[in-house]
Amino acid sequence: MPVDGSGQVPVLAADRPDYRRLIERARVHSSVYTDPQIFADELARIWYRTWVFVGHASEVAQPGDYIRTTIGLQDVIMARGTDGRVHLLLNRCAHRGNLVCEAQRGNAKSFRCPYHGWTYRNTGELIGFPFNQGYGGKGTIEAELSLARVPRVAEYQGFVFGSLAPDGPDLAEHLGEAARELDRLARLSPEGRVELTAGWLRHRTRANWKLLAENETDGYHPQFVHGSIFSVTGSPIGALYSDKSAAVTRSLGRGHSENDLRPEFRKAGEPMRWFGTTADRVPAYAAAMRAAHGPAAERILIEGAPHVMIFPNLFVAEIQVFVIQPLSAGECVQHSTAVQLAGAPELNRRMVSQSVGSVGPAGMLLADDTEMYERNQRGVAMLAPEWLDLRRGLARERIDERGLRIGGATDETGMRGFWQHYLSLMEGA
Amino acid sequence: MSASAQETHDPPAAGREQALRQVEQFIYREARLADEHDYDAWEALWTDDALYWVPAGGDLTVPAERMSVIYDNRSRISTRLAQLRTGRRHAQDPPSQLRRVISNIEITGEDHGDIIAAANFIAAESRERGVELWAGRVIYRLRPAGNELRMAGKQVLLVNRDQPLPTLAFLI
Repeated sequence: MPVDGSGQVPVLAADRPDYRRLIERARVHSSVYTDPQIFADELARIWYRTWVFVGHASEVAQPGDYIRTTIGLQDVIMARGTDGRVHLLLNRCAHRGNLVCEAQRGNAKSFRCPYHGWTYRNTGELIGFPFNQGYGGKGTIEAELSLARVPRVAEYQGFVFGSLAPDGPDLAEHLGEAARELDRLARLSPEGRVELTAGWLRHRTRANWKLLAENETDGYHPQFVHGSIFSVTGSPIGALYSDKSAAVTRSLGRGHSENDLRPEFRKAGEPMRWFGTTADRVPAYAAAMRAAHGPAAERILIEGAPHVMIFPNLFVAEIQVFVIQPLSAGECVQHSTAVQLAGAPELNRRMVSQSVGSVGPAGMLLADDTEMYERNQRGVAMLAPEWLDLRRGLARERIDERGLRIGGATDETGMRGFWQHYLSLMEGA
Repeated sequence: MSASAQETHDPPAAGREQALRQVEQFIYREARLADEHDYDAWEALWTDDALYWVPAGGDLTVPAERMSVIYDNRSRISTRLAQLRTGRRHAQDPPSQLRRVISNIEITGEDHGDIIAAANFIAAESRERGVELWAGRVIYRLRPAGNELRMAGKQVLLVNRDQPLPTLAFLI
């Protein structure tokens, strides 16, 4: 899909499905998970238009630092320029389309295409092309030929997002109510800063990306999919996702959703219970939080971290961050890392250890989720029943004091919100 | 010079040969137990200070601060095996059909009485979704205990550890 800076997102010429007939309030049609044409449509209307999470500012902390990342199928370089700002560039030489950057990460002021030696500043400008007399010398083609820039780049709490559409809602509008969940995460750092510096696991998954996005705030599955590990470790997590749980599932609007576990943690009233420990076992952290937040620290330490899915690809699960990278209708990659909190060394190592045990290809939680995704993908390719049912908790939903739709801990309120936003993007002009 | 002449007339070489044989036999047995999901016998190979490590990516410097595919101490190994034994570890239900070939076995060093050995492997994993081919290098830390060896460390360096990996829920 070309992005030429003209503001025109390419639209498929072929007949597009009538998405209103595929996505209803309480059910969705199987074809949205399997049809390659719908996947192509999603690239144009979702991945190359809305705000997509690309990386964290802490991954490119110093000027010149860069990482390779993706937006949909686009290979993107996220680089910090000497101006201190984060830039997003498509990894494609303006000459003949070669990749200009092969390394996954590094530090460089410029990128030199290995094919014919064209060189670009890490903010995208063409600064050199060998044997330049063939182009009439220096100062001829530079203005016309640069790396393509992702037209909009913005960050919130260090989470960097890019949008391939030059216009549209700004990041604050896109995040909406989900922004305060990222605030809640940052607030758990005594210095108010999240860092994603522990490296990423990448888990190849033979399933449609939306099965993952829906599952992230599905409070119905944990007792069944994760029963094996809960029973072995005596984990109390399962009970948070039961019929008796006071936790709620909340649709945050714009396709975002959360499992709000705070009602359960408030009932218990124990600092650090959300992390499976007690304050006296992480004394330096508790002291730093009390110094930073004063009396408010108790509530922060009791309520813990968010469990929020930010449309379309960022999921914060308490102490882990996940990113969904779509590859095709039937394949995606899950990226996962441990949250690291500035000023909390005592917690950071434990968060890495817990995350390594839980997530990634061998994770004692995520390998089982992924088994479900892959079996699910085979199931939705079958002929009948044609629909996936989304009605759970529909009759007991209500609107909360913030004007947001909430359901029980195990209800499909978040998924319904996801599909409502998906529909608005897919059927829009 | 024949091998038998060496064994007869060069005791240090004979000792090295015997040590290599013992290491090889241990490695083959460990591989077979993992292939056949004999969790109890596999668990019994480990020492209490065990470290079972499958790194992700290229940075091997500060494993406790970086994401790994597996970074299990003895207690975590025990949890992992307990989960497998429930029969409800969906990613291993049914268990993968496995066979691995191990070669290029060398004793590469010694550390505080532990034997450090290295080998290459290729493993075929069959599940309903298809066959995955796994390959890499394994570095073992083996501790002599009486007439036997026990395993204090197993580091598995997958050749594709810097790429997205499929689910890896069996004992690699």
